[in-house]
Amino acid sequence: MEKKDVPQDQGILGHVRVICYATDKNGEYVKSQSAGWEPTNIANGIAWEFINEELAGILEKVKKKKLSPLAYHMNKNLMDVKLLSQYTGLGAWRVKRHLKPRAFNKLDDEALQRYASVFNVTVEQLKEVS
Amino acid sequence: MIVEKTDTAFIHRQGAHCESGATSSLLSHYGLNASEPLVFGIGAGIFFGYFPIIKVYGSPFITYRNTPGRILKSTAKRLNVRFETFRFKDPERAMDALDGVIDKGIPVGLQAGIYWLPYMPDAMRFHFNAHSLIVYGREGNDYLISDTVLNEPVVCSRKDLMKARFAKGLLAPKGKMYYLSDVPEKVDFPRAIKNGIKEACRMMIKTPVPLIGVRGIRMFAKALRQWPEKYGKRKALLHLSHAIRMQEEIGTGGGGFRLMYAAFLNEAGHIMGNERLLELSKRMTAIGDQWREFALYGARICKNRSTDGDNFDRLGDIILDCAAKEHQLYKDLWEIVR
Repeated sequence: MEKKDVPQDQGILGHVRVICYATDKNGEYVKSQSAGWEPTNIANGIAWEFINEELAGILEKVKKKKLSPLAYHMNKNLMDVKLLSQYTGLGAWRVKRHLKPRAFNKLDDEALQRYASVFNVTVEQLKEVS
Repeated sequence: MIVEKTDTAFIHRQGAHCESGATSSLLSHYGLNASEPLVFGIGAGIFFGYFPIIKVYGSPFITYRNTPGRILKSTAKRLNVRFETFRFKDPERAMDALDGVIDKGIPVGLQAGIYWLPYMPDAMRFHFNAHSLIVYGREGNDYLISDTVLNEPVVCSRKDLMKARFAKGLLAPKGKMYYLSDVPEKVDFPRAIKNGIKEACRMMIKTPVPLIGVRGIRMFAKALRQWPEKYGKRKALLHLSHAIRMQEEIGTGGGGFRLMYAAFLNEAGHIMGNERLLELSKRMTAIGDQWREFALYGARICKNRSTDGDNFDRLGDIILDCAAKEHQLYKDLWEIVR
């Protein structure tokens, strides 16, 4: 890649500029800043599209009381049962159970707090979905 | 020079990749000027690995660089630099230990989970735990951070940094921190370069494991052709976008580190006065550009949502051609350094 071809496609990076290695007129390598590249923006967009689609499906189920708000927060934080179990120190089977509204509603404040602090939210926010 | 305490102000130096950038930055801080590509080459960062059994967000794990931590380790070994590493069980103690070192003016390298770093662009915040950053000071509970992939230094709160240092899951950092403890004034660059190239060649063309090196690239090309049939349209596109992201998203310097390696070969050619290395640098540039062609073409498929016809076969062909060219390149490199 030549320096003049270093892409400047604004997108996922926001105001950040990253380094691309490119060659100058004499064929020597120089560090060049790039505002982003469209193919990366597209690929990253696909990843988020999938995540958001899944999250929308879960939100529906939470509203229909088929899943607990915990399922929503877990997915929103890009976690699965295994990862959330590692963050909370609770057994995976317990986390899995808490994804059901009935078990979630019975949780005491300590357990709720444990989940809430993983997601950096308050207990009140944990009980809500939006 | 044995490092006990420093008064030199730390300068933020931007790099393409977190680990090679951080290593280069720390070395330069102590007067050992080694550019990022030079560190990347001496540390044998160039790699390829395709591990379909390990899933990252449901997609096969693909990597264009060697194991996290290896660049620092190999570079330090070849340049006779000493560094101390610590891991912790208790987050509070890990932060106190960090304070103890930075308060002496010594910059500290940390391993951290990107998801918990608020200063990262939102679109990048996935659960990736092998991110490297440098802490060079603090003002109360605000830590001054030089994250080499960013263009400017940033600030991070104690709470957030602690969470990032104790991220869980694949490659969990477990509070890992390190700092350089002994940096020589003179180093034998040509020798370090030669050994770095040797290690890279061994990993790329002399490994018995079919999932890594050039064989891994071929395996990847073969698997990719079958994605639409095997996984259906939706998943095939997700896997493809994942491969593109691993290759181009933040931190590779373009073309899955191939362009950074070309920059290394260029610099190595000048240091050693070796014309053949300069010629190989040009070839590596062409290979890196071809990887980018794969990303470009793949992204177009993603955008049009079209897995039909021979789209994925053509992608596979581009990668197979990259594999053939890389194979020849490492063979030629091996001839130069052995």
